[in-house]
Amino acid sequence: MQLISCPWCGPREEAEYHYGGQAHVAYPHEVGALSDADWAHYLFFRDNPRGPFAERWVHAAGCRRWFNAVRDTGTHEILAVYRIGEPQPELGRQASR
Amino acid sequence: MTAEHVSPSKLPMPLSPLDGWQAAFDALPDVVAVSEITFTAQLNLRVDPSGAAAGAVAKVLGSALPVQPCTSTRSGDFLLLWLGPDEWLILAPEGAGLELETALREAIGDGPGAVTDVSAQRSTLALSGPASRELLAKGCSIDLHPKVSPTGTCVQTLVAQTGIIIVVRDETASDFLLLVRASFAQYFAAWLIDAGVELTGGC
Ligand SMILES: [Zn+2]
Repeated sequence: MQLISCPWCGPREEAEYHYGGQAHVAYPHEVGALSDADWAHYLFFRDNPRGPFAERWVHAAGCRRWFNAVRDTGTHEILAVYRIGEPQPELGRQASR
Repeated sequence: MTAEHVSPSKLPMPLSPLDGWQAAFDALPDVVAVSEITFTAQLNLRVDPSGAAAGAVAKVLGSALPVQPCTSTRSGDFLLLWLGPDEWLILAPEGAGLELETALREAIGDGPGAVTDVSAQRSTLALSGPASRELLAKGCSIDLHPKVSPTGTCVQTLVAQTGIIIVVRDETASDFLLLVRASFAQYFAAWLIDAGVELTGGC
């Protein structure tokens, strides 16, 4: 089984984790001012790269903390893990939209 | 009839989640010993370990909270288990929960933090014996060798697909506390007994 490193607990089996989608998707500042299209874009539209992708994961069966990981979507290799609030590593930084 | 008129002897006897299982545990091979530790007081504590309340909380507990992930600290009758960077599980003797809960709540004061009595949430098992690591290894990927998991190690993980807190209690890593959700306790007990049948020696 693949091991994923929790930034708190260290390497654990993949089955202890849940996936939380793309990381660093900021909540819109003025929600009321958004058009339906912009709101839908915030809710449903996500990047879908082949290669390094910054994602949220939660160590559900361990410390239950959310953290971020950069995962290569082509190989499923976890390239980096970092705690919430820590900057995204340069490694695999995606082009800004 | 109001509650205060019920004499204690008339109250129903509480049943622990593994009441009646000891005979089955006793039938396990001699290389492991399993027993339930009933009615441990358990408090979930949320507080910022570097915040203003941390000092007052440490005073109540008689020890600073362990901040190293996956560790625990013993302080007198209390066992302080690290569950997360701002979360701990405090194990205390039966009946000591309310007093400790009140004292911790006073220590936290108006600052951010929470104390919750979760005594009924988990059942506590004591597992010991030379084959106890071998037994856990049948359903758990954590390396419990003393070089990796010294005394005091406290991991939250899956054992046989069930969420378990494992606390290492001695330096040979052959004496463990296992905490399992009460609703999974009988499943986990049945798994332990099944996994233990073929044990013959230590590891
Ligand atoms: Zn963790």
